[in-house]
Amino acid sequence: MRLALFLAAVALAAPVLADSNLPPAYWSNRQLPDARQEARAEALMQEIRCLVCQGQSIADSDAELAGDMRDLVRRRVAAGQSPAEVRNWLIQRYGSWISYRPTSDPAAWPLWLAPLVLLAAGAVLIRRRISTRRSA
Amino acid sequence: MSRAVRFAPLIVLAALLVGLVWRLATPVDTNVHSRLEGQPVPAFSLAPIVPGKPGLASADLASGRPRLVNVFASWCVPCVTEVGVLKQLQASGVTVDGIAVRDEPQALASFLARNGDPYERIGSDPQSSVQIDLGSSGVPESFIVDGRGIIRYQHIGPVEPSDVPMILAKLDAAK
Repeated sequence: MRLALFLAAVALAAPVLADSNLPPAYWSNRQLPDARQEARAEALMQEIRCLVCQGQSIADSDAELAGDMRDLVRRRVAAGQSPAEVRNWLIQRYGSWISYRPTSDPAAWPLWLAPLVLLAAGAVLIRRRISTRRSA
Repeated sequence: MSRAVRFAPLIVLAALLVGLVWRLATPVDTNVHSRLEGQPVPAFSLAPIVPGKPGLASADLASGRPRLVNVFASWCVPCVTEVGVLKQLQASGVTVDGIAVRDEPQALASFLARNGDPYERIGSDPQSSVQIDLGSSGVPESFIVDGRGIIRYQHIGPVEPSDVPMILAKLDAAK
């Protein structure tokens, strides 16, 4: 029984092996000394998708790669780049997928237009009902 | 109510079901593909990490012949089996370079001693910065870079023995 428990514990610990032994990058879990820069970096990190835990932002993820990306974002913001520049730099490499902010790419147009189309369809429907009732 | 309108909900439901079954049968590709295919390798310069083996810089990649750049790590489990396939590629005349992500000299040296060493150059990328610069999202990944330093192909995941003919064809096409 003990042996089985031990083996189960070892088996469950396998994900630990999927990480390196190096310490986290310097700025990955450290705030920038300039509060305004930190606020800008933080806002951007909330909107950048983690490449490992897809569905989490790099601000939320504990993955090593997310830590390295936070370090990258803070370094670039501290060096004077605007959050938009950093975001575009990442989009150039990973596509608009990496950013949580909805784009205005043609691919997203149906999404933007859908509420307007549905509202218009609703208005037409209501109008018809009212006019048929009046005529009745 | 006309017949078409009466059956509309049923048709919508059927369409939804077909969509769901189709997506279950062919899952979405969750790999993140680099947008740099067809683009020059971003400028970088990585320090050596293994004694006697040079580091790797983007300038080394525009060497006039195609090269395979392998993003790997000694702590990466699938990389262990991949190295054997890379050795096989090296034996058939392919130049293989390595980018060691978040690695330590000792761990990497024993990894190479244990599993074999197909690499001509290995650059150390302790903060994944070149990995991110290449649009790579994990280890292992491999990039085929042509003689002018243009990225021609990104391979996500380990290069399996069954991938060898495809990789050789891509390298040939990059000449």
